[in-house]
Amino acid sequence: MLSYLARRFVYTVPILIGVSLVCFGLVHIAPGDPLVSVLPPDASADLQKVMLAIYGFDRPYAEQFAKWIWRALNGDLGSSIATGRPVTDEVIKAVGNTLRLAVVATFIGFLLGSLFGFVAGYFRDTFVDKLASALSVLGVSVPHYWLGMVLVIIFAAQLGWLPPTGAGPGGSSDWEWDWAHIRHMVLPAITMSVIPMGIVARTVRALVADILNQEFIVGLRAKGLTDVGVLLHVIKNAAPTALAVMGLQLGYLLGGSILIETVFSWPGTGNLLNAAIFQRDLPLLQGTILVLALFFVFLNLAVDVLQTALDPRIQRA
Amino acid sequence: MATLVGSAREIEAAPAKATGYWTGVWRRLRRDPVAIGAAIVILLIVLMAAFAEYIAPADPYRGVSLRRLRPIGTPGYPLGSDELGRDMLSRLIYGARLSLFMGVTPVFIAFFLGSSIGIFAGYVGGRLNTVIMRTIDVFYAFPSVLLAVALSGALGAGFGNALLSLTVVFIPPIARVAEAVTTQVRSRDYVEAARASGAGALAIIRAHVLGNVLGPIFVYATSLISVSMILASGLSFLGLGTRPPEPEWGLMLNTLRTAIYVQPWVAALPGTMIFVTSISFNLLSDGLRSAMDVKQ
Repeated sequence: MLSYLARRFVYTVPILIGVSLVCFGLVHIAPGDPLVSVLPPDASADLQKVMLAIYGFDRPYAEQFAKWIWRALNGDLGSSIATGRPVTDEVIKAVGNTLRLAVVATFIGFLLGSLFGFVAGYFRDTFVDKLASALSVLGVSVPHYWLGMVLVIIFAAQLGWLPPTGAGPGGSSDWEWDWAHIRHMVLPAITMSVIPMGIVARTVRALVADILNQEFIVGLRAKGLTDVGVLLHVIKNAAPTALAVMGLQLGYLLGGSILIETVFSWPGTGNLLNAAIFQRDLPLLQGTILVLALFFVFLNLAVDVLQTALDPRIQRA
Repeated sequence: MATLVGSAREIEAAPAKATGYWTGVWRRLRRDPVAIGAAIVILLIVLMAAFAEYIAPADPYRGVSLRRLRPIGTPGYPLGSDELGRDMLSRLIYGARLSLFMGVTPVFIAFFLGSSIGIFAGYVGGRLNTVIMRTIDVFYAFPSVLLAVALSGALGAGFGNALLSLTVVFIPPIARVAEAVTTQVRSRDYVEAARASGAGALAIIRAHVLGNVLGPIFVYATSLISVSMILASGLSFLGLGTRPPEPEWGLMLNTLRTAIYVQPWVAALPGTMIFVTSISFNLLSDGLRSAMDVKQ
């Protein structure tokens, strides 16, 4: 197991290098000059040269990449072209908001998904199974940005129970755990939870059905174990995989929150990306995507390590 | 003599009884009412896209500024009108063209490129396989929505860039599946036998590998169409895909967002179309998977 863990860590290194290369490349696949949003269209060639030199865009790619990585390792992701503020500060604040939303959504999705999946797997091929499976198909097929809009229409526009947008009263983006803030989180969190719900339900259903078919369950029943006792065994056996799926879903939600954040004007990384894209603020775009991708890579690593620790049966060569 | 005729008849009758793999798949699929229902819905949407000119009651581009945001059921506007006074029904019908095209094309191209990469990597094996698959892993390290937004955001908003980004998003997962299946097939005895009897790599791939791997890859690719529909319309919803005034469901959803206090149910209509299409592709893909008995 130790050698597996060691290799899993080593394997992360080329992925990290690759991910940073892709993020670095983003600025260079962009058409036109990276400074197009700061310079006036009639800027003289000299001025353009000076500005390119200030941002370091005139150096060879390899040197730019090395410098960018070195600074990033030291927590400096450059400064936003549009606002001039350090990208790191902006990203940290936004990541906090997105993370809070994604964690709550993953938690709701995991609870409901496990419940539906469990019931469906336990009562396989009954009406309850069909209903729970239908719910999980709905969860993975619904365009979540549309679901968000529909929820806003019902609970904000029509009923007026919950605020339609923002993360706090008066458009504040500083978070507190009070009702005034939590109210703002209800709709986006429910919208976001639909995707992990569907996927967790599917996984848990397959897991439970598979475990119930195994011989040790027949053995336990033959020994006279009660249904509740059998249930506990099923949960114990299904938990590691279900938790791993939950961990990965958190990563997907973090990276994929842009659509939901746009619907709800949630001040997170999605909103930041949106601003970066439409103001052609490439350093901000690059920095935000790098941080989100790194989160995802480390989350994958953590899930693998935890799963190996939780489930020693997993033989990893 | 009589026995000879009899046995000849039996031999003649035999091939008609033997059923091929695809006949079996079709027979199982036909018995699956959900999959058939989904296929019919998809067929209707495709027909709607193909014959939009003949079905749509009005011009999807021309709006009457005096008749903006009419509710569902207004005479002349069966599904209401949008924020520029254009007929919603006609725009939804025409919207099927771009939305379907944007959703299906990336998966289609990625199916060819991804399975070529994956089959090649799986077949050559060894160090070259490691290099190719580790490179693929890098793209896998991005959540799909993030990668699509990052690429199309950097390339700039537009129809072509959105298609390109989505294709890049779907190549890695397809290549991974293709590689895994090919590696499995490659070590089978009949492939070994073909190699031992002197068959060349291309001949082996064509005769023994393709037939066994394309099915599972195809099933997997169909399951991606649903995701692709949601993502493609999502990019347009963000303003990164199709541009106004083109009718496209994601873009329509975006421009109608401001109308949710005036005509909420008209504003939600384009999303319903995305939902129906996406769920139909998902159900059809599920049906195909169990009919083709692919384990994933």
